[in-house]
Amino acid sequence: MQIINLIKRKIFKQQAGIISVEAPAASFSIKNLLGGKNVGDLVFQNVLRFFASILLLIVVLMVIQMVNQSMPSIKQFGWNFIKNNTWDPVKEEYSAWPFIFGTLYSSLLALLIALPLSLGVSIFLSEFAPRWLEKIVSLLVELLAAVPSIVYGLFGIFVLAPWLRTTIEPALGNKFGFLPLFTGPPYGLGMFAAVIILVVMILPIITSISRDVMKAIPVTQREAAYALGATKWEVVKIILGGAKSGIVGATLLGLGRAVGETMAVTMVIGNTPQISYSLFEPGHTMASVIANEFSEATSTLHVSSLIEISLLLFIITVILNAAARLIVWGVTKKYKGRK
Amino acid sequence: MNNLMHYKWRKTKNIIMASLCFISAIVAIVPLFIILFYTISQGISSINWAFFTQMPKPAGETGGGMANALAGTGILILIASCFGLPIGIFSGLYLSENEGSIYAKSIKFLVEVLNGVPSIVIGVFAYVVFVIPMKHFSAIAGGFALGILMMPLITGTTLEMISLIPHSYREAALGLGIPRWKTTLFVIFPAALKGILTGILLSIARVAGETAPLLFTALGNRFWSTQLDQPIASLTVFIYDYSKAPFDDWNRQAWAAALVLIVLIMIINIIFRFVTREKYA
Repeated sequence: MQIINLIKRKIFKQQAGIISVEAPAASFSIKNLLGGKNVGDLVFQNVLRFFASILLLIVVLMVIQMVNQSMPSIKQFGWNFIKNNTWDPVKEEYSAWPFIFGTLYSSLLALLIALPLSLGVSIFLSEFAPRWLEKIVSLLVELLAAVPSIVYGLFGIFVLAPWLRTTIEPALGNKFGFLPLFTGPPYGLGMFAAVIILVVMILPIITSISRDVMKAIPVTQREAAYALGATKWEVVKIILGGAKSGIVGATLLGLGRAVGETMAVTMVIGNTPQISYSLFEPGHTMASVIANEFSEATSTLHVSSLIEISLLLFIITVILNAAARLIVWGVTKKYKGRK
Repeated sequence: MNNLMHYKWRKTKNIIMASLCFISAIVAIVPLFIILFYTISQGISSINWAFFTQMPKPAGETGGGMANALAGTGILILIASCFGLPIGIFSGLYLSENEGSIYAKSIKFLVEVLNGVPSIVIGVFAYVVFVIPMKHFSAIAGGFALGILMMPLITGTTLEMISLIPHSYREAALGLGIPRWKTTLFVIFPAALKGILTGILLSIARVAGETAPLLFTALGNRFWSTQLDQPIASLTVFIYDYSKAPFDDWNRQAWAAALVLIVLIMIINIIFRFVTREKYA
């Protein structure tokens, strides 16, 4: 890499040199003003930088505008906005804790189920599966990620929720009704359906990133372990040790996805702002309350409270994604060039 | 004897874990088939010529179609492309040209982070920028939201596709004394164009399936509208509205629209997969 860069730079310098040799007399030309650089290069570079800066500008604008618009609600409620439990558009009292709770509860539960499952898939793909099978399964997992969330929601309303209501939830309630997780009447639409849908939705992202991280671990480590007489699973354990931080990154990305998931969750979670640990009860999440109430909110305070919720959502997902990216970048950099 | 036991236990554990991994792979792909099965079996009966060409019927009447929703999604994608394509492609080029610079690195990081911001938050942003000043919902606000969603995707693919072009291309061009910008624009970019185009197609497929940012920007419209400053229908909001409706026929139409959407998206994804593989594998 470095050598190529060195050559590139050398070529570049030579080229610049040739140009300045050809036009020695033009001391007032633009080229000279620019220190012998090609005008086209300079223009091109700046045009590109302009477009890239728009991206930066958009993000900055996004933060400023959302903070600005949520000011009425921030002034009115302060920190109580996060702590209190009431959400009452009639009395103009807004606080986000039921939604924050719903978001965290559903996402963490989904993660709890999705993580071992997707680790299993990625181990299977990177270590056990023959190449042809790996290709097919990877394609299918990618297609799973491509299914739009509205289709998941549709499936949730018409297939999953009725099935949960008539079959799964009564059975679970009968057998495990003593657990706080499985109390209450079976509605079908509720936390359970949301968690199941979220598991399916975040599985592809965790799987594909952990698989990439595992594949980035040098073959020599596997060979060394096999040479010592390790079984395949023991090799996998060594690989997992090396891929640990990458898997943490993948998990954070999956969590970020689950936290921000809107349509599918809105359609199946039941949309009731309450705090309940039972999977059978309906709930509400930050994303789903925005989707549900935003277009119908009329009072300034209501809109502003919803924008404050989306600001919170923005902050949470940015933190999760930034952390995940830093970790994943670190890992792949570590193993790059060592293959 | 003890050693042999231990050896057997290790072998057994290996087999158990391998089968667990295999089972989780099956569990992971089964939902795809279940969803495809239901979408096809529920939706196929409502798909006919009228469904694509007619307008929605008034509430309660059977029949009718989603012509306005199809047109609306097309218009929204066009608006989104106007915002998203130039910024996405040029930012991708910028990142690939300046791999070492700190500014480029931070932009790259920002792109990754922007990619993870929930689409509903982008929708709220579009609402604040367009709907609040204009005082009503509009196609342009929806298109803007989708455009922002497209940007990081397109920047990402452009960067990736260009990084797949061998360094010797660039070196050969520079070696002939061609300026750097011409090298990038007329040698590197065309070589990566096929991949970039399919990447664009993929990002269009992705935003075409977005619902959340459209709910309070483009809103939806039961009538034919191509005006950019008015609310406009879209395929996904059509599905959402029809799935909540208490009429069986509307629910069936929601499935049919979902089938159309999912078939489009699957086809584009598989095309992307094959184009990128055959060229650079």
